[in-house]
Amino acid sequence: MKGNEAIAEAAIRAGADAFFGYPITPQTEVMEYLMETDATARTGMVVLQAESEVSAINMVYGAASCGRRVMTSSSSPGISLMCEAISYLAGAELPCLIVNVSRGGPGLGTIQPSQADYFQTVKGGGHGDYKLLTLAPSSVQEMADFVALSFDLAFKYRNPVMILSDGAIGQMMEKVYLPEERPRLTEFPDWATTGTRPGQHGRTITSLNLLSSVHEVHNQRLQAKYRQMEQEEIRYEELYCDDAEYVVVAFGISARIAQNTVERLRAAGKKVGLFRPITLYPFPAPQLAALAKRVKGFLSVELSAGQMIEDVKLAVGSQVPVEFFGRLGGMVPTPEEIEGALRKYFSL
Amino acid sequence: MDVKDIIREENLVYKKSRLLTDTPFNFCPGCGHGTVVRLIAEVIEEMGIEHDTVGISPVGCSVFLYDFYDFDVVEAAHGRATAVATGIKRVMPDKFVFTYQGDGDLAAIGTGETIHACNRGENFVIVFINNGIYGMTGGQMAPTTLEGMKTATCPRGRDVKTMGYPLNITPLLAQLDGTYYVTRQAVHTPAAVRKTKRALRQAFENQKNKKGMSIVEVVSNCNSGWGLPPLQANRWMEENMFAKYQLGDMKVDGVLQMR
Repeated sequence: MKGNEAIAEAAIRAGADAFFGYPITPQTEVMEYLMETDATARTGMVVLQAESEVSAINMVYGAASCGRRVMTSSSSPGISLMCEAISYLAGAELPCLIVNVSRGGPGLGTIQPSQADYFQTVKGGGHGDYKLLTLAPSSVQEMADFVALSFDLAFKYRNPVMILSDGAIGQMMEKVYLPEERPRLTEFPDWATTGTRPGQHGRTITSLNLLSSVHEVHNQRLQAKYRQMEQEEIRYEELYCDDAEYVVVAFGISARIAQNTVERLRAAGKKVGLFRPITLYPFPAPQLAALAKRVKGFLSVELSAGQMIEDVKLAVGSQVPVEFFGRLGGMVPTPEEIEGALRKYFSL
Repeated sequence: MDVKDIIREENLVYKKSRLLTDTPFNFCPGCGHGTVVRLIAEVIEEMGIEHDTVGISPVGCSVFLYDFYDFDVVEAAHGRATAVATGIKRVMPDKFVFTYQGDGDLAAIGTGETIHACNRGENFVIVFINNGIYGMTGGQMAPTTLEGMKTATCPRGRDVKTMGYPLNITPLLAQLDGTYYVTRQAVHTPAAVRKTKRALRQAFENQKNKKGMSIVEVVSNCNSGWGLPPLQANRWMEENMFAKYQLGDMKVDGVLQMR
C-alpha cells in the first residue's frame, strides 16, 4: 500500500480516537483512506474534514485536551498554517500526532517531495521555546510502525509528536506488515478535561501565565521534559558504519537513496557507511560525535539547501569535515549523484 | 459581628453559584461580562450538569474564565474557540460544551471557524459578547464597532469607507441550516438579565436534546473601552448599540423569526 494509506490504516489499528484534516497534496490519501474504509464504523473513531488546516489543528487541540489519541496530517503549506496551534499544544502540554508529508517550498512551491521543513519541524515553526518529538520514516513500513509509537510517546511526554515524512514516502507503494489492532482508550489521564468527578475541582488546559515568574518555571519544566527526551528517545540506524571511513548522514527518502549509493560503493570496495537519524528531535548528536572519532568525513544528503547539516556540524564539531549534497524544489537525487558528491569531497 | 450573624439562612435571597470560585472577576466595574459569567454558572448548576461540562475560554476578556469557574475549562487560541469546541464535542458527544467569545474572537479572527462550526450544526452553545470594541487589549476597533464610534485604532471614529461596516454577524449565522437557536439579549437591567438567563437555559437544553448549534449573543457595554461611566455607558448602549444590534430572537427551534 501507499505510505499515506499505511499511516491511515495504522492509525485505525493504533486505536486512534479522532482524525481532523484538510485536503492537501501529497497527503490527501490519509483522510480519503479513513473515509473509504469507514474508520468510524470499524472503531468508532471520529474522522472530520475541517474548513482549514487552522481549524483542523484546533480541533486536534480540543480532542487532545480530553486525553484522546488524536491526529492530523497535512503537507508543508498546511503545516505552516498549523504552527500557531502547535505552539499552543506544546505550551498546554497536549499529546497528539501531526503528520507532515512534506513538499517543496517556499510558498505554494511544488507537490513533489522535499525535506526543507526540517528547520520548521525541529527548530520551532511556531513561537516560543518548544520542541516536537520528531520521527522520520524512510519506508512505508515505518510509516505504519511509527503511528502507535508516536501516540505512546505523545502521552508519555504530554507533547505533540511529528512524523516528518515526504511526498516520496507518502506516495510510494511497498509491502507492509500492518501492526496488531489495539483498542481505543477507555480511561483518560487525570489532567484531561473530560468533566470533573464529584468532589473534584475544575481543571484547566492553558498555555497562559501572565506572571513571568510563574511562566519561567513553566518553561523550565518544558525544558526538563525535552532534556529527558534527549536522554531516552534518540533513535537512529547505522549501516556499514563499523569500519567506515566516510559516512553519509541522511533521513527519510534521502536515506533510502543514499543506502543504494553506499551499497554500490561497498561492492566496489570503498569503506563508506550510512547514518540515518530516525528521531530528528531529539537528534542523535552523541552517536554522531562518537562516530566522528572513527571516520574521516561526513556527507549530509538532504532534499533541501542544507538544514540538518547544521545539527550534524554541531554534533561533529571540527573533528572531521562535514560536506553537503542536496537537491531543491522537489527534485530527488539519484544514487549516482550522491556517489559523485562523495567522490568529489573525499576523493574516493 | 460575624458575617453569619448578618446573613441568616432565612433571610437569604441570593447567593453566589457554587460553580464560581472565590477568585475576584478581572472585569472592570460596571462591565456586563461578570453578569453573563455568573448566569452561565447558575444555569449549569441548576441543570446539575457541572460534572459533564467543558467551557472554552479564548483570547480576549474571556481568557481568564477558567479562574472563575469550578468546572473544566480549556483555553483556545484567538478565534479558534469553535474549532476547539468541535474537537471536544466530537470525542465526547454526551458532554455539555460551550464557548464564551467576544466580538473580535467570533466575528473577526475567528469568522471562518464560527461560520463553519454553525454550518456543521455542531451541538454546542456559543455565548457571544458583543460590546463593539476590543476590551482586553485596551479599546481598539472591533468588527462590530459602530459607524463613527471612536476607538484607539479609529480615534476619529469608524470611517466605513476605509474601515468597513459594523458586522452584524448573528443574523447571518441564523441563516445557516446548522443553527437551531439564535437570540440576542442584554444584561443592563434586571429584566434583561432574567431574559438572558432564560435564553442561556434554552441553549443548554437544546444541547441536551441534541438539536445543534445554539447562539446567545449578549450586547454589552465596555465602559472603560468606551470611556464612559457605567450608567452613561448603558444609556449609550441602549441608544446606539441596540439601534444597530436589535435585541430579540432570530431563530427558535430551527425556525427563523420574522422581524
